[in-house]
Amino acid sequence: MTDKVLTSLKHLPNAAMDICETTGRTVMGFFAVVGRVAGFTGKALGHVVRPPWYPRLFLRQCLDIGYYSLPVVGLTALFTGMVLALQSYTGFTRFNAESAVAAVVVLSVTRELAPVLAGLMVAGRVGAAIAAEIGTMRVTEQIDALTTLSVNPFKYLIVPRVLAGTLMLPILVLIGDIIGVFGGYIVSIYTLGFSPGSYLTQTWDILEYMDVVSGLWKAAAFGFIVTLMGCYHGFNSGRGAQGVGAATTYAVVSASILILMSNFILTKVFFS
Amino acid sequence: MIEMTNVKKAFGPKVVLDGVDLKVGKGQSLVIIGGSGSGKSVTLKCVLGILKATSGSIKVDGKETSKMDSQEHHKMMNRFGMLFQGAALFDSLPVWENVAFGLIHAKKMNRKDAHDIALEKLSRVGLAPQVGDLHPAELSGGMQKRVGLARAIATTPEVIFFDEPTTGLDPIMADVINDLIVDSVKDLGATALTITHDMASARKIADHVAMIYEGKIIWHGSVHALDNSGNPFVDQFIHGRADGPITKNAAFKAA
Repeated sequence: MTDKVLTSLKHLPNAAMDICETTGRTVMGFFAVVGRVAGFTGKALGHVVRPPWYPRLFLRQCLDIGYYSLPVVGLTALFTGMVLALQSYTGFTRFNAESAVAAVVVLSVTRELAPVLAGLMVAGRVGAAIAAEIGTMRVTEQIDALTTLSVNPFKYLIVPRVLAGTLMLPILVLIGDIIGVFGGYIVSIYTLGFSPGSYLTQTWDILEYMDVVSGLWKAAAFGFIVTLMGCYHGFNSGRGAQGVGAATTYAVVSASILILMSNFILTKVFFS
Repeated sequence: MIEMTNVKKAFGPKVVLDGVDLKVGKGQSLVIIGGSGSGKSVTLKCVLGILKATSGSIKVDGKETSKMDSQEHHKMMNRFGMLFQGAALFDSLPVWENVAFGLIHAKKMNRKDAHDIALEKLSRVGLAPQVGDLHPAELSGGMQKRVGLARAIATTPEVIFFDEPTTGLDPIMADVINDLIVDSVKDLGATALTITHDMASARKIADHVAMIYEGKIIWHGSVHALDNSGNPFVDQFIHGRADGPITKNAAFKAA
């Protein structure tokens, strides 16, 4: 049977063979990367629960990832809430449903836009920085130096970043939720002429506990993804400036794609 | 103390170490010489456990390193110190914390005591205490090497590894670093394993010299026997001649 397959393959034209070869290599490469990332994730999680821990580094990462991302996430949420109010108003006036603006703003922001946009913004700001920093440490042998100083690089570099990312992003998103709703409120009251009292009542009435909580769980998952991708690509960075540059690009691109993919899966889990 | 037997290391199809046999006795200073790409750094990294040998045996005090669990490996690393080629200082930390890093994290010393020891080690390599508050990026190459040396000796290791300690330094600074290495190793009574292609450095640091070529140790002997090794590869290398068996082989391979 195998011989027959091989013989029939031999008769395939060269171009078809090339396509098969390229496809096969791509698929194999994809699964190899998935395996490596899974191994890296397992190793990182294994070190989370085993001492020694580095609380000082964890707090510094919380500051870097959480506090310093606040302006970026805050501005993104503010303008998103404002645009959402404007867009939904202009759309809904076509069928006299202007009163739904408050509901659309609060549900869109808490369920989707705040976690996803915050995740993508943090991927650009934090994921890239982590990959560049750890990649440079790899290239300049600082990671080898950690090993020679009896310090496990996973515990020292990866665990504090991944933990801080997973815990800080929900906090950022919670603040982003408030700012986003506030952005919609400002536009609705001062541009679209809504009554402040009824806008806030509508917002409060439509909002359910699960709308906010699902967004925060998503944020935790996105924080984990962003920091893990930054660490993975930095840790496995190629040599030289080009290697570090490529690691940074891969970190941002892979984190962004994984955020959008996992957003779909999590939405399906929470709301279907 | 360190014994390598038939150690092989390959990266994919590329064989870098092709059966390295090497012994370093307690208190000895062995320098491995060899050209770029001959496998010097890989040898060192295999002993340190940064790279895993493909096959062969590496023993430290009679214990096989590949069979050590993480705690045993941790204990072994506590006895080692290492000076990296580019110093490999942590650029997010001030100089004093770089020097004290092993004391704080591996020896669990409190930061104040570690700080005092770091300043003492810095003065031992000729750096003022004020340097301790600077960051590595603010130092010259020679100063970074000194800080790297201070970090390597801070935990009073039994074995110190030096990876190209004088590369990239001017001849005077290179000699200063060589003197510091000799003094530090003598003071600690440590075993030293150095890799270099700087012959002036090798002659100053070494008790014994081994030459690595194409992943094999092709000569091993006392530093005093280096000039009369009777090995044409060693002769060409130590005199830096363009013509000889090393370049002849390289030309043959390129063709």
